[in-house]
Amino acid sequence: MGALDLKRITKSFGATEVIKGIDLEVREGEFCVFVGPSGCGKSTLLRIIAGLEDATAGDILLDGKRVNDVAPARRELAMVFQSYALYPHLNVRDNMGLALKQAGKPRAEIAASTDRAAGMLSLQALMERRPAELSGGQRQRVAIGRAIVRRPKLFLFDEPLSNLDAALRVATRIEIARLHRELGATMIYVTHDQVEAMTLADRIVVLRAGEVEQVGSPMELYNNPANTFVAGFIGSPQMNFLDAAALGFAPGKVGIRPEHLQLSRRAGEIAGSVSHIEKLGGETLVYLRSDAHGLITVRLFGEHDFAVSEAAFLTPDQNRLFHFDTQGSRRMP
Amino acid sequence: MSARLSPGRAIAAHAALLTYTAIALFPVFVIVINSFKSRRAIFADPLALPLPGNFDLVGYQTVMTRGDFFLYFQNSMIVTVASLFCVLLFGAMAAFALSEYRFRGNMLLGLYLALGIMIPIRLGTVAILEMMVASGLVNTLTALVLVYTAQGLPLAIFILAEFMRSVSDDLKNAGRIDGLSEYAIFFTLVLPLVRPAMATVAVFTMIPIWNDLWFPLILAPAEEVKTITLGSQVFIGQFVTDWNAVLAALSLAIVPVLVMYLIFSRQLIRGITAGAVK
Ligand SMILES: Nc1ncnc2c1ncn2[C@@H]1O[C@H](COP(=O)(O)OP(=O)(O)OP(=O)(O)O)[C@@H](O)[C@H]1O
Ligand SMILES: [Mg+2]
Repeated sequence: MGALDLKRITKSFGATEVIKGIDLEVREGEFCVFVGPSGCGKSTLLRIIAGLEDATAGDILLDGKRVNDVAPARRELAMVFQSYALYPHLNVRDNMGLALKQAGKPRAEIAASTDRAAGMLSLQALMERRPAELSGGQRQRVAIGRAIVRRPKLFLFDEPLSNLDAALRVATRIEIARLHRELGATMIYVTHDQVEAMTLADRIVVLRAGEVEQVGSPMELYNNPANTFVAGFIGSPQMNFLDAAALGFAPGKVGIRPEHLQLSRRAGEIAGSVSHIEKLGGETLVYLRSDAHGLITVRLFGEHDFAVSEAAFLTPDQNRLFHFDTQGSRRMP
Repeated sequence: MSARLSPGRAIAAHAALLTYTAIALFPVFVIVINSFKSRRAIFADPLALPLPGNFDLVGYQTVMTRGDFFLYFQNSMIVTVASLFCVLLFGAMAAFALSEYRFRGNMLLGLYLALGIMIPIRLGTVAILEMMVASGLVNTLTALVLVYTAQGLPLAIFILAEFMRSVSDDLKNAGRIDGLSEYAIFFTLVLPLVRPAMATVAVFTMIPIWNDLWFPLILAPAEEVKTITLGSQVFIGQFVTDWNAVLAALSLAIVPVLVMYLIFSRQLIRGITAGAVK
């Protein structure tokens, strides 16, 4: 239940091609996260899956059945929008029950499903309120509740947490992970936030300009990025890209994550001067400017003191280097 | 949202607005006070208030007894309400189609429908009259309703389409995923959210229809379908004008528009605050 298969999906708005041939299989019960820069077509792809937008070409298969011409309501999926999109004229209970009511379900069943969803999200106290009388976090929980009520095969989330503040975002993220475990449904989740992507996903799909760059589990992408784009996108702070020639390798780039660099005041492979430091308590980020490589980020654990413009030396962990050719593709050893 | 004004500027602003209000309301005020005075008192001192000395309801008596004033009133009401209903319903539907669906010729159709804003419908009077004669609609209220619907639609579509574009796509899409039909989305999600715009359009549409003399005179001059503006003309003669009756008829004619305006403006205010809270 809930396996999704996309075959050569393309989408054009007028002359501009926004989705350029996407093939993707999402397995049953999987939590799949789409990440990518703004405007790369994540929302468009989600809307195509939901049936709110027609694909220009290609097939969408749900549980092996082609659903290109099936209306959104018949696809047995639910979508949670960034802007919550609650019905302003209905109270929380009716917002959550509307889809079942439209499907002609008996009243008792609607009430049971709504109450169950409300229980999962602790919404019982808010059932009679209108959306206007709820806080942002409560609205988002209602929107998620509205999706759960229908017991869909497939959940689609379009940046559901981006309007929430940091603390609430963490809480709701944990909530979503718990729901995924409890419901066992397939979920597709769009986000900008790489912490969300890394923590929630079974598999991450990295998109760029309407094309899939790489698909894999969070650790696969972290440990084995296929190109500089994926390497730069996954992991925070961003991977450093050093000039390969300056380090004595074939021309191209050498990638090294900030946590895999050793910083020393006395000696090392790369010389530079400290340009800025950020102390976060548990970790310290040191930005080092080097003539050959530009600005390099170093991540140190614990508290460290460095003065701005102090000279310092870096030694990369040789086992953690990623070699990329001049096109940015990973050079396999 | 309390803009802080210094007392001096607040007084100046109020003075300017009050002056404008006084100027705008003055003609209405003069009509209403004079409708309660005797004919001699009207000419002797038009600005005097109706006091026991000059108070006279003769105008209202004439209006009530002469001519089928209530019939005229009813005709005007039917024509205005029916036209308003058609303009709002069809205007909103067309606006929804134009703003919501991508189809070939969307832009052109929008322009075509907006063209009516710039071209006065009265230019087509002769053709309209010929059409009404051919279809046997002369001297019916239907003729007036059709013409006024056509007259009101362009502006209604133009304004409503603009407002509907601002209704969140996510909301409509959520409705589609929940299985609402396009009609349900239109009537239950979109229309309530553009209610302030609907009220604005209603006011702008209603007043010219209620006040129109041209089309009733040409398309429906028969006694039983006369509107109030046309009906009041019986008191204006070529040589003698019964000013008491004219002023009384006009005063009475103000009442229904005023009531409708109040209804719509309440919608307007409620709509605006509902939007702000969301
Ligand atoms: N209705 C439309 N008409 C024309 N172009 C569109 C339309 N909808 C989206 N686009 C274009 O398609 C591209 C992808 O849009 P989409 O909303 O899918 O991006 P996104 O990856 O979700 O970005 P974000 O992260 O900012 O939400 C954008 O360049 C956008 O301009
Ligand atoms: Mg998006």
